[in-house]
Amino acid sequence: MTQLPTSTDRKMGLVIDLDTCVGCHACVISCKGWNTENYGAPLSDQDAYGADPSGTFLNRVHSYEVLPTESPAQLIHFPKSCLHCEDAPCVTVCPTGASYKRVEDGIVLVNESDCIGCGLCAWSCPYGAREMDMAEGVMKKCTLCVDRIYNENLPEVDRVPSCVRTCPAGARHFGDLGDPESDVSKLVAERDGMDLMPEMGTKPVNKYLPPRPKDQIEDQIDILAPLLAPVAEEPKGFLGWLDKTLEKL
Amino acid sequence: MHPAPSVIIFTTLSGLGFGLLFFLGLGMPEVTGWVAFVFFLIAYVLAVGGLLASTFHLGHPERAWKAFTQWRSSWLSREGWCAVIALVLMGLFAIGSVFMGERWSLLGWLGALFSLATVFTTSMIYTQLKTIPRWNMKLTPAMFLSFSLAGGALMAGQTSVALPLLLIAALVQILYWRQGDKALASSGTDLGTATGLGQRGSVRAFEPPHTGTNYLLREFVHVVGRKHAEKLRIISFLLAFALPVLFIAIPLEGIALKHLLALLAVVSHLAGVAASRWLFFAQAEHVVGLYYGSDKE
Repeated sequence: MTQLPTSTDRKMGLVIDLDTCVGCHACVISCKGWNTENYGAPLSDQDAYGADPSGTFLNRVHSYEVLPTESPAQLIHFPKSCLHCEDAPCVTVCPTGASYKRVEDGIVLVNESDCIGCGLCAWSCPYGAREMDMAEGVMKKCTLCVDRIYNENLPEVDRVPSCVRTCPAGARHFGDLGDPESDVSKLVAERDGMDLMPEMGTKPVNKYLPPRPKDQIEDQIDILAPLLAPVAEEPKGFLGWLDKTLEKL
Repeated sequence: MHPAPSVIIFTTLSGLGFGLLFFLGLGMPEVTGWVAFVFFLIAYVLAVGGLLASTFHLGHPERAWKAFTQWRSSWLSREGWCAVIALVLMGLFAIGSVFMGERWSLLGWLGALFSLATVFTTSMIYTQLKTIPRWNMKLTPAMFLSFSLAGGALMAGQTSVALPLLLIAALVQILYWRQGDKALASSGTDLGTATGLGQRGSVRAFEPPHTGTNYLLREFVHVVGRKHAEKLRIISFLLAFALPVLFIAIPLEGIALKHLLALLAVVSHLAGVAASRWLFFAQAEHVVGLYYGSDKE
């Protein structure tokens, strides 16, 4: 069905900490590794070892430079995958019903045997979360590792999306964002988690935690500061004579 | 957006074909027998040919029939329905006109209505996309409809109707270009809102996620040919509107000469509309390009 559910029982999603992400791309690789051999068609590569390689990925890490007016430039690594939007435009544009949002947990999925590969869902997604697989001719997207999170054949610690399990920095969190008492919801509330492109009206479930403010050296008050103040503002004695003499030259 | 030949051929030819069907349904001109056969043949070749071309860009054309299931939410599905209904109604109407010499006018009116609805639903596939501000405007359906009606009148030989319709379409085209050029800037979406980092300072794409290309860049971040956009706009405007108006406005004696000029007007219009459609896709900026630093071009 390409009509969106009015509400979902849970809102499973990711919280991505832009303060902690080190930009190692481990989540990108583990995502590709897990998803190329599990749910749906493999994530193919074209000309993988040739001059013009490209391939299907469900998660990609950008890097941005932010130039604040008052403080030094910051480099921010920015992982981006499907945000499992509450008002997902990719679902309603689908002509075949292949694209759908699950009522039980809010995960947006593609039924690949119904997908005609028209690409309209990718056109409607502002985040570039959907990529057409060139070998299979169907649309691929993040499944929130739906084949891991409920998989009782896996140890409990592994029942999270592959990207979350892999992240060495702990920058990715998984949970129910519809439950205000969940760890992820508390994290979002505490750190002012934000939406990407809120003006698009997609109501993303995934949230991003903004980088924490950096220390400002100028504003620091240190009780030892008076003791560390320069002993002599004006050089005296031999150095003072040298300074004056050099000044005159 | 990547200007795929399949969608340019589809929107250009089908727009013209359904425009012609609209006028045939209204009985403009009122034709029967062989003349009707030729008119309907041309209209069906254009409309159906365009629809077939649109299936070429599908990953799985053999499943295209499934696109009829989601008419409640999807404009693409609604377009499929309108096209099939219009073609069936006008097919029955054509049988009456060609083989029985009869005009079943109610059928014709309904067929005309669904022909226009097909063009409207096609335009809504593009108009609904908030991600492409240049398409997400009321002028997009106005442009598709006015082009289809002008082209249809031209092909149906309705000179007195075609003239004002061509002028209206030309005006809509100019307005569309003017508003479209400002659409992305006035949409409020930039790299700042895309990353959520805009309030902290100016944001610059520092490093892309991959060294090569990918589906997103090929499909959405098309920049080739934009530098010739101004020249192409002038060429397409001259071909689509100025020349056809000139050709049909020249007062001439002799049926053969008139037909030759009418043919020239149609061919010129078709080429102009195709060029305009190429620009429609090639100039459309998808907001996902912002993540790749497309605002710094």
